[in-house]
Amino acid sequence: MKTVFSKPAALNDAVMHYCPGCSHGVAHRLVAEALDHYDLTERSVGVAPVGCAVLMYDYFNCDIMEAPHGRAPALATGMKRSRPDLVIFTYQGDGDLASIGLSEIVHCANRGENVTVIFVNNTVYGMTGGQMAPTTLLGQQTTTSPYGRNFNTDGYPIRIAEMLSTLEGPSFVGRMALDTPGNILKARKMVFKAFHMQVREMGFSFVELLATCPTNWGLNPSDSIKRIKEELVPYFPLGVFKEREAD
Amino acid sequence: MSESKRILVKGNEALAMGAIKAGCLFYFGYPITPQNEVPEYMSRVLPGLGGQYVQAESELASINMVMGASSLGVRSMTSSSSPGISLMQEGLSYLAGQELPAVVINVVRCGPGLGGIAASQGDYFQAVKGGGHGDYRLIVLAPASVQEMYDHTIAAFHLADRYRNPTMVLADGVLGQMQEPIVECDDVQPEPRKPWALTGAKNRPMRYLKSLYLKDGELEAHNRMLQEKYREIEKHEVRCDELLTEDAELVVAAFGTAARIARTAVSMARDKGLKVGLFRPVTLFPFPKRELKALSERVKKILVVEMNTGQMVEDVRLNVSREADVSFYGRPGGGIPTPNEILEKIEDSFS
Ligand SMILES: Cc1ncc(C[n+]2csc(CCOP(=O)(O)OP(=O)(O)O)c2C)c(N)n1
Ligand code: SF4
Repeated sequence: MKTVFSKPAALNDAVMHYCPGCSHGVAHRLVAEALDHYDLTERSVGVAPVGCAVLMYDYFNCDIMEAPHGRAPALATGMKRSRPDLVIFTYQGDGDLASIGLSEIVHCANRGENVTVIFVNNTVYGMTGGQMAPTTLLGQQTTTSPYGRNFNTDGYPIRIAEMLSTLEGPSFVGRMALDTPGNILKARKMVFKAFHMQVREMGFSFVELLATCPTNWGLNPSDSIKRIKEELVPYFPLGVFKEREAD
Repeated sequence: MSESKRILVKGNEALAMGAIKAGCLFYFGYPITPQNEVPEYMSRVLPGLGGQYVQAESELASINMVMGASSLGVRSMTSSSSPGISLMQEGLSYLAGQELPAVVINVVRCGPGLGGIAASQGDYFQAVKGGGHGDYRLIVLAPASVQEMYDHTIAAFHLADRYRNPTMVLADGVLGQMQEPIVECDDVQPEPRKPWALTGAKNRPMRYLKSLYLKDGELEAHNRMLQEKYREIEKHEVRCDELLTEDAELVVAAFGTAARIARTAVSMARDKGLKVGLFRPVTLFPFPKRELKALSERVKKILVVEMNTGQMVEDVRLNVSREADVSFYGRPGGGIPTPNEILEKIEDSFS
């Protein structure tokens, strides 16, 4: 019988700790498929964030380093500079990357460090119980914006992909949603492209993935997926914001 | 043995030269006075040696870059001064928790806050007692000459690797800025193998480094293991200097620059016929507890001199025999005790 679908070799058999309907599982799979596709597991080191994906080392079958909250891009810089032969990627949530680690991501991108960043944007702090994130949408209720995010007191949701694409350093910046099979396939292409950029030594590559957090959104998995399309995509447009051509 | 050549260098340059001698090719840092000669030297020299200098966006980033490099098994270093070291405390706690070797240089200036750029010893507590969160220790070396800035930096790399622990060279602005002749070391121990390093999982199962322990009892066991390691360090790595203590009735205890000044005061006191000696901790962690205890059983009085309002004096009080009488003289905020001031305190004790 012909095998048409199997678990990527870059993923371990671990008991799933993510909530039902959470996009982290899909995002993990896309990264693992890219590692398999370019045959990278034996020469990759992933940097785990603080947030729901902190247990990344349970899932990925490659070396993993744990970073303090938000600092993954700085760790990745130290790694890539000292061992440019290794493939270095970070996997970060929006609280991790857009809040406490904003400086680290901007400067890592600006230096054009030859690393890959996978940014999972679910518009809340998942792990700590659903507090407001820099990406929380206006009007969105969270445990620390109980009346809905208000720009007068909380500012506006930050569009990280657009912001990073204004810098000279990145080779690739894209955003895709993990809602429909079609979009997941497009996200897969972006993740592949991001790793390919690193393999070709093109510099910093970045993929933002719009993701669900059913638990903290207070929605069931299918309504969570609908929310991505109805509420997230209109504010966080999908597409490639920057792509450098090889010369 | 080849004829050793003496060269005249600044303390901060000696730190950088020591690091390079120890095989450190990766430096990450952020400018702050009075240690800027370290990053300046590194940025000049490392590219030619096949190494990397990265000027980080902050001290938070620099210590994390060091952590990244260290996790792959290479020797890497950062240097800063007090306010910058405060920003590194998060990283130091993580380095200690993940048992990663790294060398951090603190050329201390005076605080609190932005304080000033003059030399100080106000960061003793921060260096020796933790600074970041959790139960951990840094190995802390306190040089008192430009030669020691060089030698201790080399030693710091060995200690960091031997114990898989972050190690700090605690200097100050005087040591960083002064020039003295040094002799370069020509036999450096080889870097040990690092079987724990992340190198890509070729021909072996994947590996990870973490400080998160959620399963019941796991973190407690990890912390007990760390404490056992610190006891090993206390058993094997204590270093201190004693000068003229055999017949001394009073001993001045001081580290770093304060110890240098105290040495002059001690010899002035000897010229006056007073039986005075000097006790200088070289490792601040591990603190020379046993040596101090033994000394305190022989001498009547101990005068602690520091460039702060009294930090090491607490460790001295904890480790002397009951009979010894401990007094303190300190100058905070960039004030530097003069030999005459210390002599006066010594004479007061004898009268
Ligand atoms: C210095 C520091 N501050 C706060 C925290 C607590 N904390 C852990 S995870 C997290 C938010 C993570 O949210 P996000 O990055 O969006 O990831 P998610 O859990 O949604 O996947 C916070 C604030 C921490 N671990 N360290
Ligand atoms: S809390 Fe949210 S982000 Fe975290 S695992 Fe659950 S659904 Fe996913």
